[in-house]
Amino acid sequence: MRASAGFRVFRAVALVVVVLSLLLPLIWMVAASFKTNVDIYDSSKALVFTPTLGNYETVLQQANYLQFIFNSLWVAFAATVLSLLLGVPAAYSMSRFNMRKSALVVLMARVIPGVSLLVPWYYVFSNLRMVGGFTVLILSHMFVSLPLIVYIMMGFFDGLPDELEEAALVDGLTNIGAFRRITLPLSVPGIATAGILSFIFSWNNFMFALVLSGADTKTLPVAIFDFVGYASIDWGGLMAATTVVTLPIMVIALFVQKYIVSGLTAGATKG
Amino acid sequence: MSAVTAPSRPPRGAGVMPDTPGWARWANDHRKWLFAAPAMAFVAALIIFPLAWTVYLSLTDSSGSVRAESEFIGLRNYLDVLSDTARFWPAVGRTAAFTGVALLVEVVLGMAIALLLWRPFRGERWVRVAILLPLVATPVAVGMMWRLIFDPNIGMANQVLGWVGIGPQPWLAGQHTALPTTIFIDIWQWTPMVVLILLAGLTSLSDEPQEAAMIDGASAWQRFRHVTLPLLMPTVIVAVLLRGIDALKTFDILYATKGRGGGSFHEVETLNVYAYGLSFDYNEYGLSSTVLILFFLIIIGLMWVLTARRKKEEAAR
Repeated sequence: MRASAGFRVFRAVALVVVVLSLLLPLIWMVAASFKTNVDIYDSSKALVFTPTLGNYETVLQQANYLQFIFNSLWVAFAATVLSLLLGVPAAYSMSRFNMRKSALVVLMARVIPGVSLLVPWYYVFSNLRMVGGFTVLILSHMFVSLPLIVYIMMGFFDGLPDELEEAALVDGLTNIGAFRRITLPLSVPGIATAGILSFIFSWNNFMFALVLSGADTKTLPVAIFDFVGYASIDWGGLMAATTVVTLPIMVIALFVQKYIVSGLTAGATKG
Repeated sequence: MSAVTAPSRPPRGAGVMPDTPGWARWANDHRKWLFAAPAMAFVAALIIFPLAWTVYLSLTDSSGSVRAESEFIGLRNYLDVLSDTARFWPAVGRTAAFTGVALLVEVVLGMAIALLLWRPFRGERWVRVAILLPLVATPVAVGMMWRLIFDPNIGMANQVLGWVGIGPQPWLAGQHTALPTTIFIDIWQWTPMVVLILLAGLTSLSDEPQEAAMIDGASAWQRFRHVTLPLLMPTVIVAVLLRGIDALKTFDILYATKGRGGGSFHEVETLNVYAYGLSFDYNEYGLSSTVLILFFLIIIGLMWVLTARRKKEEAAR
């Protein structure tokens, strides 16, 4: 349908406003990370300032952020891979055998407040002296990523016609063989979507790591939270730290935009 | 691919070669549960069992160390919490206000933006990227970013207000402005989510009803109100459901901007922040579990109402 000229002008103006209100705060954050604290306090230096890498040096060297970056990467990676291993076959079964009740149990995890699981977890794992270790952290992040993966992959398998599998059965493959050699290769886009989203959600997760991580296993969001809470805030350093945690994920998002959108909107439009 | 004489739907195990070992045959016949069981077991161990334990804890006076003895005290925690007008009910009120206002603004704004993006235009790709960025940004980092922008002394927000002649505001630091400010942050970060969901819904609609209404001379507003909106309603309810559940459980932004207890006057202490604080700042596990059970019941109740509504919408079509 053709839009009228008046509407097109209005739309252009409105979209510019929307885009600016979404981007300016992020630009402000990145700009502040390149300022000295004196420049941050000086409003005449809002946009014109001499950039410095001092904040990044502070954060990466003194504050041990390389360790936290590694922790975040490792936890998000392990939680995603393990959840894919458990979640993809489960989603396949739930889709093909129409196990809606079982699916509901897994999806309940999306609804339950995380705190209500943290208390018992903390109980059990501190008695096992596992709090502060990577194992507990990865298990807790799987609680976020597994339901997400099952949810996305069920929608994907629902939309995948089973004629191809049936043809493979006729050609002599077992059902599991057909799943492995026919269905899985066809599911790569779905698995990519689920994996990327799971990684992002795990990377961004704060509450579980806040309780279950130790000094050596701290993830980036907790490290950022710990940055404040002293007498005065080192704003430059804090903004460098927030840039370090958000920028990689936003760059990834630029490249795999299509997957993220399809994952976030999975199941939203089907009856 | 298939043989000419093959039946279209082979019987169970028909494709299994005669030389297939027994265990593989068994695995193939039991694949339904073989595939689903590990994930189900994980969920059972990490969710159902802890949930049951939370119910048990809510009936005890467990507090202090996690290894300390605790006593079964029946429903006393529930009576205490439900009669607690100092912390619990204000937290319920804040949760309702936070979720209600954020959700309302996000859906209205999200709908408006989705409608703007509906028809193709030049530069569409870049607008979509901009919409995606807040969504994937780490919430704790987002909280810290807005803390700088809303800082009463050096923040950009008061600068901008100054340019248009409005005096400085306390924002996150004010007893009455903190909650609205956190709602604003939530709207900034999560309106894009609503936009994406509604846009997916809009794109899946067929053009015919729109065109028919246009031929009948309906105005743009009439077309939206009587054609697009009713068709889109199931998607709107999904958006409300997904976003509503997450808004009720908001924690990261609140804890990152106001810290323990939702600030010194508990300005932004919602149920989730309250329950977290009871557990991990004050070690009151029994009380905390009670709050969580009540919170969970509220969430389930709201979901039930919305899903019933969605079923009704679908049945009406």
